[in-house]
Amino acid sequence: MADPSTGAPDFDGWSCPLPLRHTERIVMGHGGGGRMSGELIEHLFRPAFGASGELHDAATVPIPVGSSRLAFSTDSYVVRPLFFPGGCIGDLAVHGTINDVAMSGARPIGLSCGFIIEEGTELSVLGRIAEAMGAAARAAGVPLVTGDTKVVDAGSGDGVYVNTAGIGVIPDGVDIRPTRATPGDAIIVSGPIGEHGVAVMSQRDGLEFGTEIRSDTAALHEMVAAIVAVCPDVHVLRDPTRGGVTATLCEIATAAGVGIEYEEDRVPVPDAVAAACSFLGLDPMHIANEGKLVAIVPEAAADDVLAAMHADPHGAGATVIGRVVADHPGVVTARTRLGARRVVDLPLGEQLPRIC
Amino acid sequence: MKYLDEFNDPDLAKRLFDEIATTATQPWAIMEVCGGQTHSIIRNGIDQLLPDSIELIHGPGCPVCVTPLGMIDKALAIAARPDVIFCSFGDMLRVPGSHQDLFGVKSMGGDVRVVYSPLDAVKIAEEHPDREVVFFAIGFETTAPPNAMTVHLARERGLTNFSILVSHVLVPPAIAAIASSPTSRVDGFLAAGHVCSVMGTREYGPLVEQFGMPIVVTGFEPLDVLEGIRRTVAQLEAGEARLENAYARVVSDEGNVAAQQMLSTVFEVCDRQWRGIGEIPASGWRLRPEFDAWNAELKFDVADVDAPESALCRAGEVLQGLIKPHECEAFGDECTPRTPLGATMVSGEGACAAYYQYRRLDVPVEVATGG
Amino acid sequence: MCLAVPGRIVDTRDERGAKMGTIDFDGVRKDICLAYLPDIEVGDYAIVHAGFAISRIDEESALETLRMFHELGILDEELGVTGGAE
Repeated sequence: MADPSTGAPDFDGWSCPLPLRHTERIVMGHGGGGRMSGELIEHLFRPAFGASGELHDAATVPIPVGSSRLAFSTDSYVVRPLFFPGGCIGDLAVHGTINDVAMSGARPIGLSCGFIIEEGTELSVLGRIAEAMGAAARAAGVPLVTGDTKVVDAGSGDGVYVNTAGIGVIPDGVDIRPTRATPGDAIIVSGPIGEHGVAVMSQRDGLEFGTEIRSDTAALHEMVAAIVAVCPDVHVLRDPTRGGVTATLCEIATAAGVGIEYEEDRVPVPDAVAAACSFLGLDPMHIANEGKLVAIVPEAAADDVLAAMHADPHGAGATVIGRVVADHPGVVTARTRLGARRVVDLPLGEQLPRIC
Repeated sequence: MKYLDEFNDPDLAKRLFDEIATTATQPWAIMEVCGGQTHSIIRNGIDQLLPDSIELIHGPGCPVCVTPLGMIDKALAIAARPDVIFCSFGDMLRVPGSHQDLFGVKSMGGDVRVVYSPLDAVKIAEEHPDREVVFFAIGFETTAPPNAMTVHLARERGLTNFSILVSHVLVPPAIAAIASSPTSRVDGFLAAGHVCSVMGTREYGPLVEQFGMPIVVTGFEPLDVLEGIRRTVAQLEAGEARLENAYARVVSDEGNVAAQQMLSTVFEVCDRQWRGIGEIPASGWRLRPEFDAWNAELKFDVADVDAPESALCRAGEVLQGLIKPHECEAFGDECTPRTPLGATMVSGEGACAAYYQYRRLDVPVEVATGG
Repeated sequence: MCLAVPGRIVDTRDERGAKMGTIDFDGVRKDICLAYLPDIEVGDYAIVHAGFAISRIDEESALETLRMFHELGILDEELGVTGGAE
């Protein structure tokens, strides 16, 4: 359960809170909408999420005064394995959607969650995931306000899938979107890259390797608020998840019709991420992050934004890696350590270990 | 990482670039026959920083890309069987056969799994005695010892539900085929360091003699690649043709004897088709008859599956530096990185794929012939 | 072809007749097969390809190569000759 002093989850000795019938596993009835569904909500989800309000078909969320625009985002989480060094599908689902909402400059105010659970999943597994979600939401100060649960036949799912959606309010005057990337802008990465993808891969069947690397999964809305406070004119924010920083930069270059240039030796890559990528034949720039952002800001504001990011616990390693240029619109180039320039292309698909 | 970072030093690289520029007084075309070296050259932009007189021609150095179409179709036919777990290195999943790739088979319900080591496939076979487990054994001489170990262990352990689909290719016959082509423009070769770490350097002496060209055994980090080029240029300028080893920290003259013994136990030399190039005599390995019980081609009766190579594809000429990729009629139309016809478009670093990518830049980018 | 990277042998063991071991790539540890390097010892560096150690790295030779790189061009610099590369 959560440690009340820090909000951090502690799963040692987790046991299913009674009375959840005499079953240790999810059965079809838990998704049937009847008494068993109710018990699951009452005794597993609500305590985990710290929810106490009246049960209803929809949650109501007050809109803060002075906001005229909402940000709204949804994302589904199908990570395997469900638990990995540094996190699990639960906190990942909370952080991921908070971050998606925050990348518009919004302050997230509420989250939904939808579970698709495979029949036969152990209740203790579901419990640990729900606890992690509740702890992550409490630590972020963004409540889980509504949810849904469905159960699918054994063999039709892969344990647990989680969908979260989030709503946020955008401060007036803030206009953050990919098409605002402008030649001259500085490109900042908020810290060391590749940790989430490498942590998950280290646990994957057939790939297992030992590493100290942990997922960087984290909610970044506080950092975004700090960035917006010092630079309301921030042009673009993106969290470089699947496809890594490369995919993010390529998408921005295409969307804005600008060129992007970065310096390879300025990209912060932890030694162990570099080592894992090196033996698997992968590029750290293609690896997923879950607690990093890419900020594209006017050159004049870069120092202030960097200072604001450095003051945030998740932005200590923030650094400028390149700039937006007018040349080669739609194309990203990298300056290699030897001083040459090469074209950087969008990764084709899933990252697979290679031999050549 | 130790033995990587030291060989990536930009200041020392500058010295090697300067040395090469000072030495080269006339144009030379140097071919590397190793995808790892091609990757290092493109990833670091080494080709852009060399003097204009030095042209790098990227040879058929990627075993994934040169795996013949017919063999991919055999793999797809086996992988589609409901009783089979098909294991492959990650690189092979996107390589298209006549109609689809292994990802396509997987999406249709095939049990296709990516392994890091061939031994992982053996483990899967031991864990699933009720299923047939097939490993796609592709690669050059470097990958052959790991692949050979699987059938050795399967025989030792009496594993009857395991087999391998073999499509091994060998570097020296490819070098000989290119060097003996009357239209070849290659002046010297970089030999692939990791292939030589297994096989040693002795196979290359006769090639040097026969073709009168320098061959320099070369590593993969930027300084290693530059040192290979530097030594090749120095020989060419001096009018010499010798076998040199510029990767001595990893490659010995005799190679890995234990691995060679295993290879000769498990494999025998055969003729092999190279995708987009054609048949090269004695350029492959297949399983010896003693291992018929672990030969997937026999076990699943796919020996007759074959597919004609594209008549349009001119990869062979591109690889020899005879035409530029865009001079091929299929380039950019029938043949793109998503719908590749030949080896040079299959690989991201293949000459045609690289040309396709760089072409999008407005700035004129110097793309080496074949690169 | 043939992606292979150097790592340091951390331990060795016999696993059902096959020599196996753990290799450390700068903080990342992986089980690999050592059957092709029967004489390799803990602390040695080896090149690993597809889960197999295929060659022991010769430290002496690595240092020699680096020493040669460091000496390259020093004479030219003293004579004030500069190369033509970018």
